[in-house]
Amino acid sequence: MENRPLEYDYTVAKMFMLTTIVLGIVGMLVGVILAFQLAYPELNLVLGEGLAEYTNFSRLRPLHTDAVIFGFTLSGVFATWYYVGQRVLKVSMAESKLLMFLGKLHFWLYLVVVAAVVVSLLAGVTTSKEYAEFEWPIDIAVVVVWVIFGISMFGLIGIRREKSLYISVWYYIATFLGIAMLYLFNNMEIPTILGQSAAGESGIGAWYHSVSMYAGTNDALVQWWYGHNAVAFGFTVPIVAMIYYFLPKESGQAIYSYKLSLLSFWGLMFVYLWAGGHHLLYSTVPDWMQTMGSIFSVILILPSWGSAINMLLTMKGEWQQVAASPLIKFMVLGSTFYMFSTLEGPIQAIKSVNAIAHFTDWIVGHVHDGVLGWVGFMIMAALYHMAPRVFKREIYSKSLMAAQFWIQTVGVVLYFTSMWIAGITQGMMWRAHDEFGNLAYSFIDTVTVLHPYYAIRGIGGLLYLVGFLMFAYNIYKTMSARRVEESELQNASPMGA
Amino acid sequence: MFHWLEKHPFFFAVGVFLVISFAGLVEILPNFAQQSRPVIGTAPYSTLELAGRHVYIKNSCNACHSQLVRPFKSETDRYGHYSLSGEYAYDRPFLWGSKRTGPDLMRVGNYRTTDWHENHMKDPAGVVPGSIMPAYRWMFTNTADIDTAFAEQLTVAQFFSVPYNQPVPMKDGSTKVVKMGGSVAEANALALAEAELIAADMKDQDVKDAVANGQIPEIVALIAYMNSLK
Repeated sequence: MENRPLEYDYTVAKMFMLTTIVLGIVGMLVGVILAFQLAYPELNLVLGEGLAEYTNFSRLRPLHTDAVIFGFTLSGVFATWYYVGQRVLKVSMAESKLLMFLGKLHFWLYLVVVAAVVVSLLAGVTTSKEYAEFEWPIDIAVVVVWVIFGISMFGLIGIRREKSLYISVWYYIATFLGIAMLYLFNNMEIPTILGQSAAGESGIGAWYHSVSMYAGTNDALVQWWYGHNAVAFGFTVPIVAMIYYFLPKESGQAIYSYKLSLLSFWGLMFVYLWAGGHHLLYSTVPDWMQTMGSIFSVILILPSWGSAINMLLTMKGEWQQVAASPLIKFMVLGSTFYMFSTLEGPIQAIKSVNAIAHFTDWIVGHVHDGVLGWVGFMIMAALYHMAPRVFKREIYSKSLMAAQFWIQTVGVVLYFTSMWIAGITQGMMWRAHDEFGNLAYSFIDTVTVLHPYYAIRGIGGLLYLVGFLMFAYNIYKTMSARRVEESELQNASPMGA
Repeated sequence: MFHWLEKHPFFFAVGVFLVISFAGLVEILPNFAQQSRPVIGTAPYSTLELAGRHVYIKNSCNACHSQLVRPFKSETDRYGHYSLSGEYAYDRPFLWGSKRTGPDLMRVGNYRTTDWHENHMKDPAGVVPGSIMPAYRWMFTNTADIDTAFAEQLTVAQFFSVPYNQPVPMKDGSTKVVKMGGSVAEANALALAEAELIAADMKDQDVKDAVANGQIPEIVALIAYMNSLK
């Protein structure tokens, strides 16, 4: 009895796995549409003139970013937390009725917020701040969902059997705290229904409209402190949490170095927050903040590479697994893209490089080699690892998985290479002067030249979406398979249990 | 110490929070008061301009257009004087953008006219061959939300002391008073008076008729806002 492994309850994890896949498809599909709209503007009218307002690039763009950040990625974070959390804390959610209830409440409220966001963004109800477009009623709902997530997380930690918190749990805790702090401060706003006219009228205009507490430069400063660190605590910290759990589990290898993980965790926590200033180089924010943003961005290479190298060295002596297992391929290429992306970012944060790169597609390329190559690959790998264990069925097809890996890898490469060329081309053309000191190109020259790169980017994005649909199909066939495994899949290694 | 923290989640969380909040305290807080002072020549938005700004935000124009001129020769040649912090004192939210799929609009009011915008918003590629900007024809039929713009004026005047109905200094030494209505009806009348001036420069008969009937289409508000960007 004593030695029987714990039975974990994956009800909530399964729910969030579903939204990870569905919202992933939605977000990526919208992304592909946007990409082709830039190459072929007629596509803005894809559903006809009557619906042009809702199929137009500018209306869809926030829907894409928010669907992949708060839909796909965040669902993936929640799904993995409700799986990893129980296992590393050695406690089942079924042991507490309250935690089970909170977990389900978390999911259903999250769905309500997602629905509200989709409707409001399509209607053009937005605050304009990137990744913080939601108006105050939705902001309040987001905070409620987040608090429930927090209670549910700390509740599980509170009743844990394993006293020491595993590295992944550090990162999940940091995700919760970081996003909470950033979201609250960036979304400080005053609903305009509070305004009272001299004639004594109140409650004037749209009830959901609000005005930012910060003006101009301050608003920009807070927004990019948020925007940059939403990437930190949404796209880096929880994804590192995943790889620290899933790579050792899948490969049967112990983490290479505890000290390195300690250094990279606390280093990342301290350094990341300073780097937001690199979004505001040559703007009207004070020079010293811009310089701090640049310097800390370069320092950020250390903790980022610390984690990534720790992961790659975890595979030491076991590299044949990369060739043998498509799942390991996803994770190893994911951490390689993480290294690549965290080197590229600091380069773009150097002032003289930023002068060319800022406002161009090179930045878009940088974001996407991070999110497609690192975040997307890692979340899919996590779900592939979880699926046989939560559904108690073998993965439907390993060869489909391998094919998906290569299709998506080609997609990512096409995406970022085309965006590099587009970005640097445009940046150089904007600043080119002729022999008399006049501007060499009109703005439209620098747009039409990008057409082939926009088309290639669209194809790259489409390949990634095709791969994601293969992933969705593979997971669907896995969960709906007839054959049920009696006992949980065991790994060959001693870490398997 | 780290081993101890890893066994005590509460103190671990406190530790993480202290470490991550440090940068914000040092970087963000100290400069707040200083930067929100307007420079001379910067006036608050009128009701119609603010309604136009809402149209700009509603359609995420800032997804493709920046409003930030960086201090480089190539940018000042193309867009005009580089941006000053105080010019943004009444911008809530800021609209600097992060991507220039289209050109910067910080000072678009200096070199584009009502007529140009009207044609361009209907058919961008017809005005700028090769343009990949979509048309925004629904702005000619949708009605602008003047009430909400007025509510925002009231809110910023109340909470942030934005100087409506007060003289603000202009560059030429004169002063300018931006009027804000005392009631919803008065605010709508002010916006309509301003809209009539814009509509007079436009060709679209439906827009002219709407304004003559006391309705303000979104395009009129948007053009008022764009013309104010100088």
